[in-house]
Amino acid sequence: MLLFAEQTLNGVQYSALLFLLSAGLTLVFGIMNVINLTHGSFYMVGAFCAASAAAATGSFAAAIVAAVLGAGLYGFVVERLVVRHLYRRDHLDQVLATLGLVLFTNELATIVFGRSPPFMDIPPMLRGSIELLPGLAYPTMRLAFIGAAAIVALALWFLLLRTPIGMLVRAGADDHEIVDALGVDVRRVFLLVFVLGALLCGFAAVMSAPLLAVQIGMGERILITAFVVIVIGGVGSVRGALLGSFLVGMSDAYGRAWVPSLLAGFLPAQLADPLASSLISASAYILMALVLLFRPFGLLPARI
Amino acid sequence: MKPLALLAAAAAIAAAGLAHAQTPVRIGLLTTLSTPAGYIGEDERDGFLLAVKEEGGKLGGIPVQVLVEDDALKPANAKQTADKMVQDGVRLFTGINFSNVLVAVAPTVLDAGGTYVSLNAGPSTYAGKNCNPGYFSVAFQNDSYSDSAGLAANELGYKRMVLLAPNYQAGRDALAGFKRTYKGQVLAEIYTKLDQSDFSVELARVRELKPDAIFQFHPGGAGINLAKQYANSGLSQSVPMLTPIYSMDRRMLAAAGNAGNGYYLTASWSADLDNPTNRHFVDAFVKTYGRVPTDYAATSYDTARLIGTGLKAVGGDIEGKRDAFRAALRKADIQSVRGKFRFANNQHPIQDWYLLHVEPDAAGKLGYKTLKVIAPDHVDPHAVDCAM
Repeated sequence: MLLFAEQTLNGVQYSALLFLLSAGLTLVFGIMNVINLTHGSFYMVGAFCAASAAAATGSFAAAIVAAVLGAGLYGFVVERLVVRHLYRRDHLDQVLATLGLVLFTNELATIVFGRSPPFMDIPPMLRGSIELLPGLAYPTMRLAFIGAAAIVALALWFLLLRTPIGMLVRAGADDHEIVDALGVDVRRVFLLVFVLGALLCGFAAVMSAPLLAVQIGMGERILITAFVVIVIGGVGSVRGALLGSFLVGMSDAYGRAWVPSLLAGFLPAQLADPLASSLISASAYILMALVLLFRPFGLLPARI
Repeated sequence: MKPLALLAAAAAIAAAGLAHAQTPVRIGLLTTLSTPAGYIGEDERDGFLLAVKEEGGKLGGIPVQVLVEDDALKPANAKQTADKMVQDGVRLFTGINFSNVLVAVAPTVLDAGGTYVSLNAGPSTYAGKNCNPGYFSVAFQNDSYSDSAGLAANELGYKRMVLLAPNYQAGRDALAGFKRTYKGQVLAEIYTKLDQSDFSVELARVRELKPDAIFQFHPGGAGINLAKQYANSGLSQSVPMLTPIYSMDRRMLAAAGNAGNGYYLTASWSADLDNPTNRHFVDAFVKTYGRVPTDYAATSYDTARLIGTGLKAVGGDIEGKRDAFRAALRKADIQSVRGKFRFANNQHPIQDWYLLHVEPDAAGKLGYKTLKVIAPDHVDPHAVDCAM
């Protein structure tokens, strides 16, 4: 029972990371119709900025500022220099251009920060663990991650549904030509959404940097999963991204926790082990295939 | 004649004279310099070039030209580069770090009658019945770092263990190697995803199983992630960790911070090994490059000096006197930075494996302390299948 509770928390924490990354991705893809592979690079840039700031000042607050600003600024530069020329191009051009940017960013990070992964420590107030239930101690850093992501999700909900800017974003998603015709510079809305996505990446990066290796190419790995999440949730929908994150995160956690022992129950070990590990590796994709079979536009699509 | 032109003419004449005396032996050094694993290739290149530099551009008194190329960790790229070098007449190769790259390149070199001297990767492919007179592995055979860890686990008195490795060939090999020598009970073999960055689920399972210790094989970023999360989960206080050095090398230790503290590691070399060659090597490396060398650099330095003994024996004529060159290499006539070092019949090392412990030094900085020799004169399990 305690193990179940712990694995649930692990799943929620992974879901929270996926949500922070996929919320921006789904908006950019859904509203601007741009496939942005550079999204993972913002995450990496944020993590490197966080680690450098933490090493230089020793303060976690400085790391948060550096990560969010660094990723946001890089997002701004990328949008102004490259992505804005791609809005009216087809997806293949976008993939080519943003993939090129991924390679460019990796080399740039190598030149600026070097090849050795930098170290980032857990801030003192988030060290150790908290005893949630008798016998269930959970690392404070991971709890803080879940809490911070929940706050961000609420803020995002407020921004999109309760503010004039959010109204423009949603209107832009619905029909950006009409928004344009009504005298709103839809390009500005696009820029805003793009930078917002990068900011979220920076925040995800600073929260995960103390638990993960900060290294070149760290963004590409998680980006693939983030794409799976937004396809499951429905492209362009932040609610969908939230639901998708939970489905992928929880099935991954529960799968890794119980599929091996479950299979070992009725299959010989030399068959169960490889089968279990393949099933776990493929779990997100199996989930995606199942969802697409019944809901080709994802679970909560932004537009029908 | 103007002074500058005079100088140029003199230089040209001198160069022509030198070239006449001896064209340098070309050595193809393919290694991984880009990708996150690029730091490994940097250390391998630098360790090798240090030996060349110390002799003033020569190895064994023979001028050499080292052709460094990045393989980008892609077997196809590396094979293409090697093909081109072979066509250009290069017959001596080294450098590759990853076994999957090596098995793509080695046939190209060997089929052309060339010699490959591995400074790191040691796949079983060329250690058993397909052992080859043109193939030498100076560092180790891949099984050795995990079967020596199995011996270490016996020695440390671990009766019940959980094993963790990524689900790919090298990961499965590492666990198989460990199980070959480990005498205790394996509670679970947990295969992680190759690109996994979060290990909370696996660590929770480990806590539930309450083993005496963990053996794991996660090189690079995954190993740093695992270390940080293992320390953060509090598991590091109750369950010790045992890994090959490649799952907590010096760069990884720096990136993991205090999370690497207390790790037990098996290695064939350590910076604190007390022999004259090693003391000289570590000093020279630190002085030249401003950082402490890793195992990758150490075995590369040995490889360069071993190649030197071969070149010396044949006066640099590695094509005409190929067999004499290889016979000279086989003698392993160097003072290795690792202490004792010779070749088994399959031209893979017979060497001591050490048990290291990560602990703070007098200044409070984490480093490796050599505890003992865990596997003296260790030979890999494939040597018996080799007919050489």
